[in-house]
Amino acid sequence: MSTRLASGGRLTNRSKQIEFSFDGKRLTGFEGDTLASALLANDQMMLGRSFKYHRPRGLVASGSEEPNALVNLGKGDTHEPNQRATTTELFSGLEATSQNHWPNLDMDIGAVNGLFSRFLTAGFYYKMFIHPRPFWKHIYEPFIRQSAGLGKAPKAEARDPDTYEHFYAYVDVLVIGGGVAGLQAAKAAGEAGAKVLLVEQTAHWGGRAVVDGGTIDGMEAEEWVKTTLEALGKMDNVQVRSRTMGAGVYDHGYILCYERVRDHAPLAGGPRHRMWKVRAKQTVTATGAIERPLSFAGNDIPGVMLASAVRDYVVNYGVSVGDRTVVVTNNDDAYRTAIALKKAGMDVPVIVDARQMGGGALMDEAKALGIRVETGRGIAKVKGGKRVTGVTICNQQGEGAMIEEIACDCVAMSGGWSPVVHLWSHCGGKLNWDDAQAMFRPDHDRAPTSHDGKPFVTVAGSANGYLGLKDVLEDADTAGKSVSGSSAMTDAPKAENAEEKPLEPVWLMPQGASYDLRMKAWLDYQNDVKVSDVQLAAREGYESVEHTKRYTTLGMATDQGKLSNINGLATLSNALNEAIPQVGTTTFRPPYTPFSMGAIAGEARGDIFQPIRKTPMHQWHMDNGAEFEPVGHWRRPYCFPKAGESKHDAVMREVRATRDSLGLLDASTLGKIIVKGSDAGKFLDMLYTNMMSTLKPGKCRYGLMCNENGFLSDDGVVARIDEDTFLCHTTTGGADRIHAHMEEWLQTEWWDWKVYTANVTEQYAQVAVVGPNARKVLEKLGGMDVSKEAIAFMEWKDGTLGGYNARVYRISFSGELSYEIAVPANQGRDFWDALLEAGAEFNVTPYGTEALHIMRAEKGFIMIGDETDGTIIPQDLGLHWAISKKKEDYLGKRAQERLHMADPNRWQLVGLETLDGSVLPDGAYAVGEGYNANKQRNTQGRVTSTYYSPTLNKGIAMGIVHNGPNRMGEDIPFMAVDGETIIRAKIVNPVFFDPEGAKQNV
Amino acid sequence: MSEPVLPLGGASYSGLVTVSEHGPIGQVTFRGDLSSEAVKAAIKDVTGRDVPGLREVSGDGDTCVIWMSPDELLLICGYAEAGGLVDALTEKLAGEHVLAVNVSDARAAFRLKGKHVREVLGKLAPVDLDPAVFTPGMVRRTRLAQVAAGFWLLDQETAQVFCFRSVSEYMFNLLKTVSDPQSAVGYYSA
Repeated sequence: MSTRLASGGRLTNRSKQIEFSFDGKRLTGFEGDTLASALLANDQMMLGRSFKYHRPRGLVASGSEEPNALVNLGKGDTHEPNQRATTTELFSGLEATSQNHWPNLDMDIGAVNGLFSRFLTAGFYYKMFIHPRPFWKHIYEPFIRQSAGLGKAPKAEARDPDTYEHFYAYVDVLVIGGGVAGLQAAKAAGEAGAKVLLVEQTAHWGGRAVVDGGTIDGMEAEEWVKTTLEALGKMDNVQVRSRTMGAGVYDHGYILCYERVRDHAPLAGGPRHRMWKVRAKQTVTATGAIERPLSFAGNDIPGVMLASAVRDYVVNYGVSVGDRTVVVTNNDDAYRTAIALKKAGMDVPVIVDARQMGGGALMDEAKALGIRVETGRGIAKVKGGKRVTGVTICNQQGEGAMIEEIACDCVAMSGGWSPVVHLWSHCGGKLNWDDAQAMFRPDHDRAPTSHDGKPFVTVAGSANGYLGLKDVLEDADTAGKSVSGSSAMTDAPKAENAEEKPLEPVWLMPQGASYDLRMKAWLDYQNDVKVSDVQLAAREGYESVEHTKRYTTLGMATDQGKLSNINGLATLSNALNEAIPQVGTTTFRPPYTPFSMGAIAGEARGDIFQPIRKTPMHQWHMDNGAEFEPVGHWRRPYCFPKAGESKHDAVMREVRATRDSLGLLDASTLGKIIVKGSDAGKFLDMLYTNMMSTLKPGKCRYGLMCNENGFLSDDGVVARIDEDTFLCHTTTGGADRIHAHMEEWLQTEWWDWKVYTANVTEQYAQVAVVGPNARKVLEKLGGMDVSKEAIAFMEWKDGTLGGYNARVYRISFSGELSYEIAVPANQGRDFWDALLEAGAEFNVTPYGTEALHIMRAEKGFIMIGDETDGTIIPQDLGLHWAISKKKEDYLGKRAQERLHMADPNRWQLVGLETLDGSVLPDGAYAVGEGYNANKQRNTQGRVTSTYYSPTLNKGIAMGIVHNGPNRMGEDIPFMAVDGETIIRAKIVNPVFFDPEGAKQNV
Repeated sequence: MSEPVLPLGGASYSGLVTVSEHGPIGQVTFRGDLSSEAVKAAIKDVTGRDVPGLREVSGDGDTCVIWMSPDELLLICGYAEAGGLVDALTEKLAGEHVLAVNVSDARAAFRLKGKHVREVLGKLAPVDLDPAVFTPGMVRRTRLAQVAAGFWLLDQETAQVFCFRSVSEYMFNLLKTVSDPQSAVGYYSA
């Protein structure tokens, strides 16, 4: 059983006990424990079940590479699935539950899959579920979705109570990894005067060296780490952050770091996670190395762990995984585990060394401690179900015939070390295969390069393939100096490399293992991929490692194959009889380990999830029950329902009140762009389809804007302010886009034209005062002459109204007598209130966007976004009158002359009236005769906007119809949403109301 | 004419820094050839300030000229003076190709005060706020979280932030959120 030792644990504080729970059981640990070490101390070996076969899963590792120990953490609002026990610091009240089992961890129905594992081989899903085709969507996929997934998704109504934030930092040198290499690199760069940020993903500094020991500059490793940290702390130009993971390396030195600010202290205030967005001139990845498992049968049984992890739990947390540990290795390093265990008073019945000649000094030391060493041997099979009970030893060169069975409750395995090259590789750093050490190492001649073609990532220490302490420190010192341009002649810290015999690559144990053994030799623990699966993929023709990965799911689990990738591709290369470098690796992609969604969102939640633009009158709209609709980032009132009134009824009332007497519209959101300069007229003639340069100061003109492909892009009224100055109104959503469009043409094509623009949309509040009593209410406010003679239709004037500085435009989008009045934004609300007060006697009625849309539709005015959709040219909408024939050019002119654009068969705008007076469905198609090549019904037109008109008491619509304008009076069939019901509508003139314009020209 | 209405009525909050809506202030957008002698002279004459250099501010907090782009300046003055400033510039530069327009109501302004001012801005803007890099007298046109904004330092502990009026409420809530007293990063103030 696993248990807490009587003493030891360099990271734990035994005087401070901490209570937590696992699957409802109340357990205790110590301050400084991880959830993993605390669970082990409580003999909780089994922590979950695997993805496919629901095999029992226990801890394998002690760090972020852990594939198995994933738990649900927290509950209710704080519930989070797939949290690694090894990287979860224990805190008081922590609640964890195990994952992927039913009904419970011990007794799991899904484990029956394991019995059929012979059939659930690589590609099983592809082969099994492909036929019959329709079954996938309706039967297979729902079933697989049910059984897939590890942790539980948070409940839909759960709301994360924590806060998160981002932080931007700019440094000369970012060092990722706080082991001795990272510390030394940061120190060397800091001493050279560079601005340095050093991040470490765990709460502790020193990496492996503090566990594995060694002497640096005459100090114990731990002492040297402390001294170096103190030295860094004294440098103003160096900052260090623990609990901060270098997550991803992106182009041009953009690095994401993930700081877990208070996961270890959930009751503390402030943000839970902080996403660092770092721009680093140079990055040093001192990310260490990860130990590889060995592939032998039963290597997934709880109790089989990485040798380094077994050592970590003893040294760091004073926890033993078992009383009797068999160590199995192909290298010297694992002997350290045997020695540490023995020294802590535990049994190591045997060290199984696959190498014929065994190891060096460490082997001698182990032997001297009385540990039996078997060289040239391997493990044929691990015995046990939910827990290791023993191993059978065989000859490594054979097929697995048992030589001896040895009882044990822990197996510590080591297949060698793989440098953590992830961050080096994220942005294109390439790797070389090092045959002697059996590892991929960064190739310095093919580093990730920046805009200048020069490397911006440097790798240091074990991540660079150096495993000896002396080599690590020298490499880190060189890296730190080179990235900071240091010419210091200082020496690297003094240390010795331990004398070790070379490892011998072992990709399968024993090397001739039978199919039955290979079927139980796991490569990927989380996704259940075994040696036999990869071999099958190779036999079935998968040669690319990327394809094999996807076919077998190797390395596709949440750990992204940190333990399985190298073993998997070595297995593949053996099966293909190719060299490992020829097979290559899969792509390393950010993030290094998964981070929280909250950290990605940062501060953007609740009322600052998204910016909402508000006009000066917005508060009035809120106070008066407006139903809002989003228009760009604005929220505009759709209508203003009174108590008990439906939205539809409100809209009808607003239209009638405006047509009968007086309506008010908050038009502040419309874009207002000043265009000034001696070439302004020429510029606008190019932007608009019609002529603007001939407009007289004091006058307004409606204009259309197209993009260079001829499609209608925006519309609005242009007012000429003076000889050199125009004010262009745009649609609400078009303001920023059109301003950018203008600037783009001015800056890239017509840079020598004398034109300046300014977007003054937000300088003004604008109110449309609309209806037969519009003039009366303005006269009541007083201050300027608003008579027909003073301001005729399509004219504007400056003046004051009721004491407010106003610019009055006599323009109409409703067919009524109408003024649009702009006042400085700060006075907008006051002016609105004044209009309401003065208008009370005229039943003044604020109206929303829907009433606006209906009134313009009654007049047959087009709406950008309804009648246009990016494929419509003005000619489609019968707007020939707004297209100048005199102008030599305008944006879109050439495109509109192309064959397809000039085709008389293009659908044309018409009005539509249903025969029964009902409202046509929006977007409905007018069906034609027969079917097209895709067996779809032919069409001859579609509805572009449709409403119930309270003015005409019937449904009205606009649409585009084939040959429409020539088919006036014809009735054509429209298909309802059900795909069956036909609604007949008559083609009519799109101007339904007051076609002579008598009402607006008063 | 009554006192100009501020977008948020003068909102304020105190946390890592104090955030207070600032104003009313006069603001004039000026566009023209910033290297022309006529423009330089007119700006100096009308504002008493020099045309600022690239990403710089000339003047103090209440009357200053801010570099906005290679051909754009923002002139800050008393609220009531903006109209006169536009007229004066237009008159002095008659015949030159320039644009001057009063935008005093188009933008909201906030003052941030406190020793964490760099950290608060550093949570929202992709800008190097290192005291050695970003000093009083410099301006950045950038974004704060999801909206366009700009800011400059009046002194080591005071920044002025500007954004469009319609997003002033978002901006205030944003600044308030990242100024939570328990959210110090300890990066610039370390």
